[in-house]
Amino acid sequence: MSASTMAGSPNQTETRAIKRTPYPGWFFTPAAIIYSVLFLAPTFASLYFSLTRWTLFDSEFIGLENFAQFLREPFLIKGLINTVIYAAVTSGLKVVVGLLLAVMLTSQIVGRGYLRSVVFFPVLVSTVGVGITFTVLMHPTQGMINETLALFGIAGPGWLTDPNLALYSVALVDVWKGVGLATVIYIAGLVAIPQDYYEAARIDGATPWQNFWYVTLPLCRPATSTVITLSFIGGLRTFDLIWAMSKGGPGFASDTIASVIYKQYQAGFYGLSTAGNVVLFILIALLVVPLTMFLNRKQGHE
Amino acid sequence: MKKRTSILGGAAAIAATFVVFVIPFIFIILMAFKDRQQSALRDFSWPTGFHFWENVVEVVKTRNWMMITAFINSSIITVVSVTLLVIFAAMVGYVLARRKTRWNGLIEFLILAGLMVPPAVVPTIWLLQGLKLFGTLHGMILIEVAYNLPFSIILYRAFVATIPRDLDEAAIIDGARPLDVFFRVVLPLLWPVTVTNIVVQSVGIFNDFTNPLYYLPGNANATVQLTLYNFQSQFSTAYNLLFTNILLITIPPLLVFMFFNRQIVAGMTAGAVKG
Repeated sequence: MSASTMAGSPNQTETRAIKRTPYPGWFFTPAAIIYSVLFLAPTFASLYFSLTRWTLFDSEFIGLENFAQFLREPFLIKGLINTVIYAAVTSGLKVVVGLLLAVMLTSQIVGRGYLRSVVFFPVLVSTVGVGITFTVLMHPTQGMINETLALFGIAGPGWLTDPNLALYSVALVDVWKGVGLATVIYIAGLVAIPQDYYEAARIDGATPWQNFWYVTLPLCRPATSTVITLSFIGGLRTFDLIWAMSKGGPGFASDTIASVIYKQYQAGFYGLSTAGNVVLFILIALLVVPLTMFLNRKQGHE
Repeated sequence: MKKRTSILGGAAAIAATFVVFVIPFIFIILMAFKDRQQSALRDFSWPTGFHFWENVVEVVKTRNWMMITAFINSSIITVVSVTLLVIFAAMVGYVLARRKTRWNGLIEFLILAGLMVPPAVVPTIWLLQGLKLFGTLHGMILIEVAYNLPFSIILYRAFVATIPRDLDEAAIIDGARPLDVFFRVVLPLLWPVTVTNIVVQSVGIFNDFTNPLYYLPGNANATVQLTLYNFQSQFSTAYNLLFTNILLITIPPLLVFMFFNRQIVAGMTAGAVKG
Protein backbone atom coordinates (compact mmCIF):
# COMPACT_ATOMS: atom_id res chain seq x y z
CA MET A 1 0.00 0.00 0.00
CA SER A 2 2.75 2.31 0.86
CA ALA A 3 4.40 1.49 -2.44
CA SER A 4 1.92 3.72 -4.18
CA THR A 5 2.29 6.52 -1.66
CA MET A 6 6.08 6.46 -1.87
CA ALA A 7 6.27 6.04 -5.61
CA GLY A 8 4.01 9.06 -5.76
CA SER A 9 1.18 9.18 -8.25
CA PRO A 10 0.66 12.93 -7.83
CA ASN A 11 -2.69 14.51 -8.62
CA GLN A 12 -3.37 16.25 -11.90
CA THR A 13 -2.38 19.77 -10.93
CA GLU A 14 1.09 18.67 -9.98
CA THR A 15 1.73 16.41 -12.94
CA ARG A 16 3.29 19.01 -15.19
CA ALA A 17 5.66 20.29 -12.54
CA ILE A 18 6.73 16.77 -11.62
CA LYS A 19 7.33 15.85 -15.25
CA ARG A 20 9.86 18.61 -15.55
CA THR A 21 11.71 17.84 -12.35
CA PRO A 22 15.07 16.17 -12.86
CA TYR A 23 14.51 14.33 -9.58
CA PRO A 24 11.62 12.04 -10.49
CA GLY A 25 9.56 10.38 -7.79
CA TRP A 26 9.72 7.01 -9.51
CA PHE A 27 13.34 6.75 -8.36
CA PHE A 28 11.78 5.62 -5.10
CA THR A 29 9.84 2.78 -6.75
CA PRO A 30 12.25 -0.20 -6.65
CA ALA A 31 13.26 0.45 -3.05
CA ALA A 32 9.67 1.20 -2.06
CA ILE A 33 8.29 -2.01 -3.56
CA ILE A 34 10.90 -4.28 -1.94
CA TYR A 35 10.65 -2.49 1.40
CA SER A 36 6.87 -2.43 1.57
CA VAL A 37 6.29 -5.97 0.33
CA LEU A 38 8.95 -7.69 2.41
CA PHE A 39 9.12 -5.46 5.47
CA LEU A 40 6.04 -3.27 5.91
CA ALA A 41 3.42 -5.79 4.79
CA PRO A 42 4.61 -8.55 7.17
CA THR A 43 4.82 -5.99 9.96
CA PHE A 44 1.18 -5.00 9.47
CA ALA A 45 0.17 -8.64 9.01
CA SER A 46 1.84 -9.47 12.32
CA LEU A 47 -0.61 -7.16 14.11
CA TYR A 48 -3.45 -9.41 12.97
CA PHE A 49 -1.74 -12.81 13.21
CA SER A 50 -0.58 -12.11 16.76
CA LEU A 51 -4.26 -12.27 17.67
CA THR A 52 -4.73 -15.74 16.22
CA ARG A 53 -3.89 -19.39 16.66
CA TRP A 54 -2.05 -19.94 13.41
CA THR A 55 -0.79 -22.88 11.36
CA LEU A 56 0.33 -20.85 8.30
CA PHE A 57 -2.56 -22.41 6.33
CA ASP A 58 -5.30 -21.59 8.71
CA SER A 59 -5.76 -19.03 11.44
CA GLU A 60 -8.30 -18.87 14.21
CA PHE A 61 -8.99 -15.52 15.87
CA ILE A 62 -8.46 -15.77 19.63
CA GLY A 63 -8.21 -12.11 20.61
CA LEU A 64 -5.54 -11.14 23.08
CA GLU A 65 -4.98 -14.71 24.31
CA ASN A 66 -1.38 -14.85 23.00
CA PHE A 67 -0.47 -11.64 24.80
CA ALA A 68 -2.19 -12.84 27.97
CA GLN A 69 -0.02 -15.93 27.76
CA PHE A 70 3.07 -13.74 27.49
CA LEU A 71 2.17 -12.05 30.75
CA ARG A 72 1.10 -15.27 32.46
CA GLU A 73 3.78 -17.85 31.69
CA PRO A 74 6.72 -17.35 34.05
CA PHE A 75 9.32 -18.28 31.42
CA LEU A 76 7.91 -15.75 28.96
CA ILE A 77 7.98 -12.99 31.59
CA LYS A 78 11.53 -14.07 32.39
CA GLY A 79 12.39 -13.58 28.72
CA LEU A 80 10.88 -10.11 28.80
CA ILE A 81 12.89 -9.08 31.86
CA ASN A 82 16.08 -10.68 30.51
CA THR A 83 15.76 -8.71 27.29
CA VAL A 84 15.69 -5.41 29.16
CA ILE A 85 18.56 -6.43 31.48
CA TYR A 86 20.65 -7.58 28.52
CA ALA A 87 20.09 -4.35 26.57
CA ALA A 88 20.82 -2.18 29.63
CA VAL A 89 23.98 -4.08 30.65
CA THR A 90 25.47 -4.24 27.14
CA SER A 91 24.75 -0.61 26.25
CA GLY A 92 25.94 0.63 29.66
CA LEU A 93 29.21 -1.27 29.44
CA LYS A 94 29.75 -0.24 25.82
CA VAL A 95 29.39 3.43 26.81
CA VAL A 96 31.86 3.17 29.71
CA VAL A 97 34.46 0.90 28.09
CA GLY A 98 34.07 2.50 24.66
CA LEU A 99 34.61 5.99 26.03
CA LEU A 100 37.66 4.94 28.07
CA LEU A 101 39.21 3.18 25.07
CA ALA A 102 38.47 6.17 22.83
CA VAL A 103 40.06 8.63 25.30
CA MET A 104 43.08 6.36 25.44
CA LEU A 105 43.28 5.98 21.66
CA THR A 106 43.06 9.72 20.98
CA SER A 107 45.86 10.49 23.46
CA GLN A 108 49.56 10.31 22.68
CA ILE A 109 49.93 6.61 23.35
CA VAL A 110 52.37 4.17 21.77
CA GLY A 111 50.95 1.49 19.50
CA ARG A 112 47.81 3.44 18.61
CA GLY A 113 47.36 1.76 15.24
CA TYR A 114 47.70 -1.69 16.76
CA LEU A 115 45.27 -0.87 19.58
CA ARG A 116 42.66 0.56 17.25
CA SER A 117 42.77 -2.47 14.93
CA VAL A 118 42.70 -5.00 17.72
CA VAL A 119 39.72 -3.41 19.45
CA PHE A 120 37.77 -2.96 16.21
CA PHE A 121 38.40 -6.28 14.48
CA PRO A 122 35.90 -8.38 16.51
CA VAL A 123 33.10 -6.15 15.14
CA LEU A 124 33.66 -7.75 11.73
CA VAL A 125 33.92 -11.36 12.85
CA SER A 126 31.02 -13.78 12.64
CA THR A 127 28.87 -13.51 15.77
CA VAL A 128 28.25 -17.25 15.84
CA GLY A 129 31.97 -17.95 15.52
CA VAL A 130 32.67 -15.65 18.46
CA GLY A 131 29.85 -17.27 20.44
CA ILE A 132 31.16 -20.79 19.89
CA THR A 133 34.72 -19.76 20.73
CA PHE A 134 33.70 -18.17 24.02
CA THR A 135 31.43 -21.08 24.89
CA VAL A 136 34.55 -23.25 24.77
CA LEU A 137 36.65 -20.70 26.67
CA MET A 138 33.95 -20.34 29.35
CA HIS A 139 33.56 -24.06 30.05
CA PRO A 140 33.36 -24.42 33.85
CA THR A 141 36.12 -27.02 34.27
CA GLN A 142 37.93 -27.31 30.95
CA GLY A 143 37.60 -23.73 29.71
CA MET A 144 40.68 -21.58 29.39
CA ILE A 145 39.23 -18.75 31.48
CA ASN A 146 38.64 -20.87 34.57
CA GLU A 147 41.90 -22.78 34.11
CA THR A 148 43.74 -19.47 34.11
CA LEU A 149 41.84 -18.28 37.18
CA ALA A 150 42.74 -21.56 38.89
CA LEU A 151 46.43 -20.76 38.43
CA PHE A 152 45.85 -17.76 40.71
CA GLY A 153 43.91 -19.90 43.15
CA ILE A 154 40.52 -18.49 42.15
CA ALA A 155 37.66 -20.92 41.61
CA GLY A 156 36.02 -19.58 38.47
CA PRO A 157 32.22 -19.61 38.25
CA GLY A 158 30.15 -21.70 35.84
CA TRP A 159 29.90 -18.85 33.35
CA LEU A 160 27.20 -20.38 31.20
CA THR A 161 25.98 -23.15 33.50
CA ASP A 162 25.02 -20.98 36.48
CA PRO A 163 21.44 -19.79 35.85
CA ASN A 164 22.13 -16.51 37.66
CA LEU A 165 25.20 -15.78 35.56
CA ALA A 166 24.53 -17.12 32.05
CA LEU A 167 22.77 -14.01 30.74
CA TYR A 168 25.56 -11.74 32.01
CA SER A 169 28.26 -13.95 30.52
CA VAL A 170 26.61 -13.68 27.10
CA ALA A 171 26.27 -9.92 27.63
CA LEU A 172 30.01 -9.71 28.40
CA VAL A 173 30.86 -11.46 25.13
CA ASP A 174 28.47 -9.08 23.35
CA VAL A 175 30.46 -6.18 24.81
CA TRP A 176 33.74 -7.86 23.78
CA LYS A 177 32.50 -8.10 20.20
CA GLY A 178 30.71 -4.75 19.97
CA VAL A 179 32.83 -2.33 21.99
CA GLY A 180 35.00 -1.60 18.95
CA LEU A 181 32.09 0.10 17.21
CA ALA A 182 31.32 2.20 20.29
CA THR A 183 35.01 3.12 20.44
CA VAL A 184 35.22 4.35 16.84
CA ILE A 185 31.99 6.36 17.28
CA TYR A 186 33.50 7.98 20.39
CA ILE A 187 36.80 8.61 18.58
CA ALA A 188 34.88 10.48 15.86
CA GLY A 189 33.10 12.46 18.60
CA LEU A 190 36.28 13.25 20.55
CA VAL A 191 38.22 14.36 17.49
CA ALA A 192 35.43 16.84 16.71
CA ILE A 193 35.85 18.65 20.06
CA PRO A 194 37.69 21.96 19.37
CA GLN A 195 41.10 22.13 21.03
CA ASP A 196 40.25 25.63 22.35
CA TYR A 197 38.25 24.11 25.18
CA TYR A 198 41.23 22.10 26.39
CA GLU A 199 43.43 25.15 25.94
CA ALA A 200 41.08 27.22 28.12
CA ALA A 201 40.93 24.45 30.70
CA ARG A 202 44.73 24.24 30.76
CA ILE A 203 45.02 27.99 31.39
CA ASP A 204 42.56 27.62 34.25
CA GLY A 205 44.82 24.91 35.65
CA ALA A 206 42.44 21.99 35.23
CA THR A 207 43.62 18.52 36.26
CA PRO A 208 43.34 15.69 33.73
CA TRP A 209 40.34 14.39 35.66
CA GLN A 210 38.61 17.80 35.50
CA ASN A 211 39.45 17.94 31.82
CA PHE A 212 37.66 14.66 31.29
CA TRP A 213 34.69 15.39 33.54
CA TYR A 214 33.96 19.01 32.59
CA VAL A 215 35.16 19.18 28.97
CA THR A 216 35.30 15.78 27.29
CA LEU A 217 32.23 14.18 28.80
CA PRO A 218 29.72 17.00 28.14
CA LEU A 219 31.08 17.73 24.66
CA CYS A 220 30.93 14.16 23.42
CA ARG A 221 27.29 13.80 24.37
CA PRO A 222 26.11 13.34 20.76
CA ALA A 223 28.43 10.32 20.50
CA THR A 224 27.13 9.02 23.83
CA SER A 225 23.53 9.23 22.72
CA THR A 226 24.39 7.47 19.45
CA VAL A 227 26.19 4.65 21.23
CA ILE A 228 23.39 4.21 23.76
CA THR A 229 20.62 4.22 21.16
CA LEU A 230 22.41 1.88 18.77
CA SER A 231 23.52 -0.66 21.33
CA PHE A 232 20.24 -0.51 23.25
CA ILE A 233 18.19 -1.33 20.14
CA GLY A 234 20.76 -3.95 19.17
CA GLY A 235 20.65 -5.45 22.65
CA LEU A 236 16.86 -5.68 22.70
CA ARG A 237 16.92 -7.53 19.36
CA THR A 238 19.90 -9.85 20.02
CA PHE A 239 19.38 -13.40 18.93
CA ASP A 240 22.44 -14.93 17.27
CA LEU A 241 24.88 -14.60 20.15
CA ILE A 242 22.43 -15.96 22.72
CA TRP A 243 21.52 -18.82 20.42
CA ALA A 244 25.17 -19.67 19.73
CA MET A 245 26.19 -19.58 23.41
CA SER A 246 23.40 -20.72 25.70
CA LYS A 247 20.30 -21.38 23.56
CA GLY A 248 18.45 -19.45 26.26
CA GLY A 249 19.52 -21.94 28.91
CA PRO A 250 20.18 -23.32 31.44
CA GLY A 251 16.42 -23.81 31.59
CA PHE A 252 14.99 -20.47 30.55
CA ALA A 253 17.60 -18.50 32.49
CA SER A 254 19.04 -16.58 29.55
CA ASP A 255 16.05 -16.52 27.20
CA THR A 256 15.29 -13.18 25.60
CA ILE A 257 12.25 -12.27 23.51
CA ALA A 258 14.17 -12.94 20.29
CA SER A 259 15.10 -16.46 21.41
CA VAL A 260 11.52 -17.06 22.62
CA ILE A 261 10.25 -16.02 19.18
CA TYR A 262 12.54 -18.58 17.57
CA LYS A 263 11.64 -21.36 20.03
CA GLN A 264 7.90 -20.80 19.57
CA TYR A 265 8.41 -20.74 15.82
CA GLN A 266 10.29 -24.05 15.95
CA ALA A 267 7.58 -25.55 18.11
CA GLY A 268 4.96 -24.52 15.57
CA PHE A 269 3.20 -21.92 17.75
CA TYR A 270 3.18 -19.36 14.97
CA GLY A 271 0.57 -17.10 16.53
CA LEU A 272 2.46 -16.96 19.82
CA SER A 273 5.75 -16.40 18.01
CA THR A 274 4.23 -13.49 16.11
CA ALA A 275 2.82 -12.09 19.34
CA GLY A 276 6.40 -12.21 20.63
CA ASN A 277 7.41 -10.07 17.68
CA VAL A 278 4.72 -7.54 18.48
CA VAL A 279 5.76 -7.54 22.15
CA LEU A 280 9.37 -6.87 21.13
CA PHE A 281 8.21 -4.07 18.84
CA ILE A 282 6.15 -2.48 21.61
CA LEU A 283 9.04 -2.86 24.05
CA ILE A 284 11.46 -1.14 21.64
CA ALA A 285 8.97 1.67 21.00
CA LEU A 286 8.23 2.13 24.71
CA LEU A 287 11.89 2.20 25.75
CA VAL A 288 13.76 3.67 22.81
CA VAL A 289 11.48 6.57 21.88
CA PRO A 290 11.58 8.16 25.39
CA LEU A 291 15.29 7.32 25.61
CA THR A 292 16.18 9.18 22.41
CA MET A 293 13.90 12.07 23.39
CA PHE A 294 15.66 12.27 26.75
CA LEU A 295 19.12 12.13 25.19
CA ASN A 296 18.27 14.77 22.59
CA ARG A 297 16.65 17.07 25.16
CA LYS A 298 19.84 16.97 27.21
CA GLN A 299 21.78 17.85 24.10
CA GLY A 300 19.55 20.86 23.52
CA HIS A 301 20.68 22.38 26.83
CA GLU A 302 24.31 22.55 25.75
CA MET B 1 58.60 12.42 32.43
CA LYS B 2 55.35 12.76 30.58
CA LYS B 3 56.67 10.73 27.67
CA ARG B 4 57.70 7.97 30.01
CA THR B 5 54.24 7.60 31.52
CA SER B 6 52.72 7.49 28.05
CA ILE B 7 55.10 4.70 27.04
CA LEU B 8 54.32 2.82 30.25
CA GLY B 9 50.62 3.39 29.74
CA GLY B 10 50.94 2.27 26.16
CA ALA B 11 52.70 -0.92 27.17
CA ALA B 12 50.05 -1.67 29.77
CA ALA B 13 47.29 -1.02 27.23
CA ILE B 14 48.98 -3.22 24.66
CA ALA B 15 49.37 -6.04 27.18
CA ALA B 16 45.77 -5.77 28.38
CA THR B 17 44.22 -5.63 24.91
CA PHE B 18 46.49 -8.49 23.84
CA VAL B 19 45.08 -10.71 26.59
CA VAL B 20 41.46 -9.69 26.05
CA PHE B 21 41.24 -9.31 22.28
CA VAL B 22 44.11 -11.22 20.68
CA ILE B 23 44.39 -14.38 22.80
CA PRO B 24 40.93 -15.66 21.73
CA PHE B 25 42.02 -15.44 18.08
CA ILE B 26 45.31 -17.17 18.81
CA PHE B 27 43.29 -19.85 20.57
CA ILE B 28 41.17 -20.33 17.42
CA ILE B 29 44.29 -20.65 15.26
CA LEU B 30 46.03 -23.08 17.64
CA MET B 31 42.92 -25.25 17.83
CA ALA B 32 42.69 -25.34 14.04
CA PHE B 33 46.24 -26.74 13.89
CA LYS B 34 45.71 -29.55 16.39
CA ASP B 35 44.61 -33.11 15.84
CA ARG B 36 41.33 -34.32 17.20
CA GLN B 37 42.73 -35.84 20.38
CA GLN B 38 44.72 -32.84 21.48
CA SER B 39 41.95 -30.38 20.58
CA ALA B 40 39.57 -32.28 22.86
CA LEU B 41 41.57 -30.93 25.82
CA ARG B 42 40.54 -27.39 24.79
CA ASP B 43 43.60 -25.89 26.45
CA PHE B 44 45.92 -23.11 25.33
CA SER B 45 48.86 -25.19 24.20
CA TRP B 46 51.22 -25.53 21.26
CA PRO B 47 50.02 -28.16 18.76
CA THR B 48 51.99 -31.39 19.04
CA GLY B 49 51.78 -31.81 15.27
CA PHE B 50 50.54 -29.52 12.51
CA HIS B 51 47.31 -30.88 11.10
CA PHE B 52 45.93 -27.69 9.63
CA TRP B 53 45.74 -28.87 6.03
CA GLU B 54 44.14 -32.21 6.99
CA ASN B 55 41.57 -30.32 9.06
CA VAL B 56 40.76 -27.94 6.21
CA VAL B 57 40.30 -30.83 3.78
CA GLU B 58 38.06 -32.67 6.20
CA VAL B 59 35.94 -29.60 6.97
CA VAL B 60 35.50 -28.80 3.30
CA LYS B 61 34.60 -32.39 2.39
CA THR B 62 32.15 -32.92 5.24
CA ARG B 63 28.50 -33.44 4.39
CA ASN B 64 29.09 -33.76 0.70
CA TRP B 65 31.20 -30.60 0.26
CA MET B 66 28.67 -28.47 2.10
CA MET B 67 31.31 -25.83 2.80
CA ILE B 68 31.77 -25.17 -0.93
CA THR B 69 28.02 -24.92 -1.49
CA ALA B 70 27.81 -22.57 1.46
CA PHE B 71 30.59 -20.32 0.24
CA ILE B 72 28.99 -20.14 -3.21
CA ASN B 73 25.54 -19.39 -1.73
CA SER B 74 26.89 -16.73 0.63
CA SER B 75 28.88 -15.10 -2.16
CA ILE B 76 25.85 -14.96 -4.48
CA ILE B 77 23.62 -13.54 -1.75
CA THR B 78 26.22 -10.98 -0.71
CA VAL B 79 27.19 -9.79 -4.19
CA VAL B 80 23.68 -9.56 -5.63
CA SER B 81 22.03 -7.99 -2.61
CA VAL B 82 24.81 -5.43 -2.14
CA THR B 83 24.58 -4.48 -5.85
CA LEU B 84 20.82 -3.97 -5.60
CA LEU B 85 21.22 -2.10 -2.31
CA VAL B 86 23.75 0.30 -3.77
CA ILE B 87 21.65 1.19 -6.84
CA PHE B 88 18.25 1.40 -5.14
CA ALA B 89 19.50 3.19 -2.02
CA ALA B 90 21.50 5.69 -4.08
CA MET B 91 18.40 6.49 -6.15
CA VAL B 92 16.33 7.11 -3.03
CA GLY B 93 19.06 9.02 -1.21
CA TYR B 94 19.64 11.23 -4.25
CA VAL B 95 16.03 12.27 -4.81
CA LEU B 96 15.38 12.50 -1.07
CA ALA B 97 18.25 14.94 -0.59
CA ARG B 98 17.53 16.99 -3.75
CA ARG B 99 13.77 17.39 -3.76
CA LYS B 100 11.61 18.55 -0.89
CA THR B 101 8.10 17.18 -1.14
CA ARG B 102 5.39 16.47 1.38
CA TRP B 103 6.33 12.79 1.21
CA ASN B 104 9.77 13.40 2.70
CA GLY B 105 8.50 13.31 6.26
CA LEU B 106 6.76 9.98 5.71
CA ILE B 107 9.78 8.49 3.96
CA GLU B 108 12.11 9.54 6.74
CA PHE B 109 9.75 8.05 9.29
CA LEU B 110 9.74 4.76 7.35
CA ILE B 111 13.57 4.77 7.25
CA LEU B 112 13.78 5.22 11.02
CA ALA B 113 11.12 2.55 11.51
CA GLY B 114 13.19 0.20 9.37
CA LEU B 115 16.17 0.72 11.65
CA MET B 116 14.17 0.13 14.84
CA VAL B 117 11.31 -2.28 14.20
CA PRO B 118 12.25 -5.96 14.43
CA PRO B 119 11.16 -7.86 11.31
CA ALA B 120 8.00 -9.93 11.83
CA VAL B 121 9.44 -13.37 11.20
CA VAL B 122 6.54 -15.77 10.73
CA PRO B 123 4.36 -13.40 8.67
CA THR B 124 7.38 -12.86 6.41
CA ILE B 125 7.78 -16.61 5.96
CA TRP B 126 4.06 -16.89 5.21
CA LEU B 127 4.35 -14.12 2.63
CA LEU B 128 7.48 -15.62 1.04
CA GLN B 129 5.69 -18.95 0.73
CA GLY B 130 2.81 -17.19 -0.99
CA LEU B 131 5.25 -15.57 -3.43
CA LYS B 132 7.04 -18.94 -3.90
CA LEU B 133 10.23 -17.31 -2.65
CA PHE B 134 10.60 -19.13 0.67
CA GLY B 135 13.82 -21.15 0.87
CA THR B 136 15.20 -19.69 -2.35
CA LEU B 137 18.25 -17.52 -2.88
CA HIS B 138 16.07 -14.94 -4.66
CA GLY B 139 13.90 -14.57 -1.59
CA MET B 140 16.92 -14.34 0.70
CA ILE B 141 18.49 -11.65 -1.48
CA LEU B 142 15.31 -9.56 -1.50
CA ILE B 143 15.02 -9.91 2.28
CA GLU B 144 18.59 -8.68 2.78
CA VAL B 145 17.87 -5.74 0.49
CA ALA B 146 14.65 -4.85 2.32
CA TYR B 147 16.24 -5.04 5.79
CA ASN B 148 19.39 -3.11 4.93
CA LEU B 149 17.93 -0.37 2.72
CA PRO B 150 17.34 2.15 5.53
CA PHE B 151 21.00 2.21 6.61
CA SER B 152 22.27 2.55 3.02
CA ILE B 153 19.76 5.30 2.24
CA ILE B 154 20.91 7.28 5.28
CA LEU B 155 24.54 7.03 4.16
CA TYR B 156 23.67 8.15 0.63
CA ARG B 157 21.34 10.97 1.62
CA ALA B 158 23.97 12.50 3.88
CA PHE B 159 26.59 12.30 1.14
CA VAL B 160 24.38 13.66 -1.67
CA ALA B 161 23.74 16.74 0.47
CA THR B 162 27.47 17.55 0.28
CA ILE B 163 27.59 17.45 -3.56
CA PRO B 164 26.89 20.86 -5.15
CA ARG B 165 23.61 21.01 -7.07
CA ASP B 166 25.38 22.91 -9.88
CA LEU B 167 26.84 19.66 -11.13
CA ASP B 168 23.54 17.95 -11.84
CA GLU B 169 21.92 21.21 -12.96
CA ALA B 170 24.65 21.70 -15.56
CA ALA B 171 23.89 18.26 -16.98
CA ILE B 172 20.15 18.99 -16.94
CA ILE B 173 20.63 22.24 -18.88
CA ASP B 174 22.63 20.28 -21.43
CA GLY B 175 19.48 18.24 -21.93
CA ALA B 176 20.36 15.04 -20.07
CA ARG B 177 17.39 12.96 -18.92
CA PRO B 178 17.00 12.13 -15.22
CA LEU B 179 18.39 8.61 -15.65
CA ASP B 180 21.45 9.90 -17.49
CA VAL B 181 22.02 12.57 -14.88
CA PHE B 182 21.86 9.97 -12.17
CA PHE B 183 23.93 7.20 -13.69
CA ARG B 184 26.50 9.32 -15.56
CA VAL B 185 26.93 12.36 -13.33
CA VAL B 186 25.74 11.68 -9.80
CA LEU B 187 26.50 8.01 -9.22
CA PRO B 188 30.21 8.36 -10.14
CA LEU B 189 30.46 11.30 -7.72
CA LEU B 190 29.01 9.10 -4.98
CA TRP B 191 31.87 6.61 -5.33
CA PRO B 192 33.43 7.16 -1.86
CA VAL B 193 30.16 6.47 -0.06
CA THR B 194 29.44 3.60 -2.44
CA VAL B 195 32.68 1.94 -1.36
CA THR B 196 31.68 2.45 2.27
CA ASN B 197 28.27 0.95 1.56
CA ILE B 198 29.70 -2.05 -0.26
CA VAL B 199 32.18 -2.83 2.49
CA VAL B 200 29.88 -2.36 5.49
CA GLN B 201 26.89 -4.14 3.95
CA SER B 202 28.86 -7.08 2.57
CA VAL B 203 30.45 -7.80 5.93
CA GLY B 204 27.02 -7.60 7.58
CA ILE B 205 25.27 -9.80 5.02
CA PHE B 206 28.11 -12.34 4.84
CA ASN B 207 28.01 -12.65 8.64
CA ASP B 208 24.22 -12.77 8.83
CA PHE B 209 23.06 -15.82 10.73
CA THR B 210 19.50 -15.11 11.86
CA ASN B 211 17.84 -14.35 8.51
CA PRO B 212 19.18 -17.40 6.62
CA LEU B 213 18.21 -19.50 9.65
CA TYR B 214 14.59 -18.41 9.24
CA TYR B 215 14.18 -17.84 5.53
CA LEU B 216 16.64 -20.24 3.90
CA PRO B 217 16.27 -23.69 5.46
CA GLY B 218 17.71 -26.86 3.94
CA ASN B 219 21.21 -28.19 3.37
CA ALA B 220 21.31 -27.26 -0.32
CA ASN B 221 20.74 -23.64 0.68
CA ALA B 222 23.23 -23.53 3.54
CA THR B 223 25.08 -20.27 4.00
CA VAL B 224 28.49 -19.94 5.57
CA GLN B 225 27.24 -19.01 9.04
CA LEU B 226 24.82 -21.93 9.10
CA THR B 227 27.52 -24.50 8.29
CA LEU B 228 29.18 -23.40 11.48
CA TYR B 229 25.98 -23.99 13.35
CA ASN B 230 25.37 -27.36 11.66
CA PHE B 231 28.91 -28.46 12.41
CA GLN B 232 28.56 -27.56 16.04
CA SER B 233 26.38 -30.52 16.93
CA GLN B 234 27.99 -32.89 14.47
CA PHE B 235 31.52 -32.17 15.65
CA SER B 236 30.62 -31.66 19.25
CA THR B 237 33.78 -33.56 20.11
CA ALA B 238 35.87 -32.69 17.04
CA TYR B 239 36.97 -29.26 18.21
CA ASN B 240 39.83 -29.11 15.72
CA LEU B 241 37.34 -29.16 12.83
CA LEU B 242 34.96 -26.74 14.48
CA PHE B 243 37.71 -24.18 14.97
CA THR B 244 39.12 -24.77 11.49
CA ASN B 245 35.64 -23.91 10.25
CA ILE B 246 35.56 -20.74 12.35
CA LEU B 247 38.98 -19.79 11.01
CA LEU B 248 37.91 -20.36 7.39
CA ILE B 249 34.85 -18.14 7.63
CA THR B 250 36.85 -15.42 9.39
CA ILE B 251 39.17 -15.05 6.40
CA PRO B 252 36.81 -12.97 4.17
CA PRO B 253 36.10 -10.35 6.89
CA LEU B 254 39.83 -10.31 7.70
CA LEU B 255 40.70 -9.50 4.06
CA VAL B 256 38.05 -6.76 3.99
CA PHE B 257 39.45 -5.40 7.24
CA MET B 258 43.00 -5.32 5.89
CA PHE B 259 42.11 -3.50 2.66
CA PHE B 260 39.15 -1.32 3.67
CA ASN B 261 39.67 -0.60 7.37
CA ARG B 262 39.36 3.15 6.83
CA GLN B 263 36.11 2.94 4.83
CA ILE B 264 34.48 0.63 7.32
CA VAL B 265 35.22 2.90 10.25
CA ALA B 266 34.16 5.97 8.25
CA GLY B 267 30.92 4.31 7.17
CA MET B 268 29.91 2.95 10.51
CA THR B 269 30.56 6.19 12.34
CA ALA B 270 29.01 8.41 9.65
CA GLY B 271 25.87 6.29 9.43
CA ALA B 272 25.62 6.12 13.19
CA VAL B 273 26.13 9.78 13.95
CA LYS B 274 23.87 11.07 11.20
CA GLY B 275 21.19 8.42 11.77
